[in-house]
Amino acid sequence: MIEFLGEVAAWFADPATWSGRDGIPVRLWEHLWISGVSLAAAVAIGLPLGLAIGHTGRGARAVVAIANIGRAVPSLGLMGLAFILLLPFGLGVGPLPTIIALTALGIPPIVVNAYVGLREVDRELVEAARGMGMRAGEILGRVEIPIALPVILAGVRTSAVQIVATATLAAAIGGGTLGQIIYIGFNVGDQVRIFGAALVVAALSIGTEIAFGALQRAATSPGLRDRPYVPTEPAQVGRSGGEIGMP
Amino acid sequence: MTIGPVDVDWIVDNLDRIGGLVVEHLYLTGIAMGIGLVISAGLALLIRDRPRWYGPIIGFTGTLYAIPSLALFALLTPLTGIGTVLTAEIALVSYTLLILTRNMVEGLRAVPAEAIEAAKGMGYTATQRLVRVELPLALPIILAGVRIAAVTTIGLVTVTALIGLGGLGYLIVTIGTQRGSFGLTATLTGVVLAVGLAAIADLALLALQRALTPWSRGRAAT
Repeated sequence: MIEFLGEVAAWFADPATWSGRDGIPVRLWEHLWISGVSLAAAVAIGLPLGLAIGHTGRGARAVVAIANIGRAVPSLGLMGLAFILLLPFGLGVGPLPTIIALTALGIPPIVVNAYVGLREVDRELVEAARGMGMRAGEILGRVEIPIALPVILAGVRTSAVQIVATATLAAAIGGGTLGQIIYIGFNVGDQVRIFGAALVVAALSIGTEIAFGALQRAATSPGLRDRPYVPTEPAQVGRSGGEIGMP
Repeated sequence: MTIGPVDVDWIVDNLDRIGGLVVEHLYLTGIAMGIGLVISAGLALLIRDRPRWYGPIIGFTGTLYAIPSLALFALLTPLTGIGTVLTAEIALVSYTLLILTRNMVEGLRAVPAEAIEAAKGMGYTATQRLVRVELPLALPIILAGVRIAAVTTIGLVTVTALIGLGGLGYLIVTIGTQRGSFGLTATLTGVVLAVGLAAIADLALLALQRALTPWSRGRAAT
């Protein structure tokens, strides 16, 4: 085992590991920009949807459906489908199918948390705001969103972690990312490369979790700050779901 | 024969193989869920008696959950080998722990204090209290966790195709990405069957929950 870890250290020290198409920098950058674009798209689609449903209270069934579908469709299946459907258009190989699949994967936690976050805002506060003469847009922007922000951002964090983690699978459809290094390692049976690349991927995922956790805490209004830290978890969706009549 | 983009002949010709993959998929899922339930039950009972362990245990299982599946398979290979069932199962079990443990703990915590007091007053021992009072009352929340874990695991098993196992992932990736007329058919078959299995597992566990907790019907419906 010690010997093996020595070999892994030697792999990290090898300049070849840090250069070329399948070197760490190229694949890491690819991993990051694909994840970033996908997360931005997921937020752009999911957030308005979740806020609209949460604010009006209409369309709760849609949230339940989105959450259930998001959980049941395997991420690898989404990738495979996006790849094979784009293949006839000459777009199968490359980043596009990965970005589409990751965006689709990232939307459900954002929608569900935005919805649940707004619904959990004390109705009396909304009534008070209305009594003060605030219009619907003001209530949403100055009361509901600030109070719901930790929950909303928890959804973005869940989504970000899932996207960064799942981007690894892009290697299976020729989409590159850090998963490519692991994938090559598996194909040639190189345990050192597999292990070394997996360490980088794991560090990236956990780093994403920590970074978005910090963002979430920083964005929490001081008045709400004594609430306990909620770790990223799928059941952020599930548990919240329980409250809106879901599994 | 083809229906739209789906090559029905390919499905018919490969029915045995597809059936075998469904069985493999269920088998990999079943082992992971079985072991995951046992470990989580142990962790939940530990937390019940020593609440201080909640943070560290949830933190650890949460960290495991944040590691991408392909990376976790990869990190395990020096210990358990490339593409072995053991490698796949250790990772799959790891992913069930967060959801199962957390729901078990929350389920037990949600038991009304009066119910526990009443059981104590009736002279129940700690074990009797757990089995006859706390567990039945916690069951809806525990089973909600089991449903989420089962659905998640069924999805994750597809990823084991990347390390040479597969279940339905074999259809999605290994066959699906080949440039043949049947590529789309294979991928679609894999995805549809995986979603179908997840839906069936979810509904079956829901039915189990209703059968086991008839008193909660109507209240905890769906």
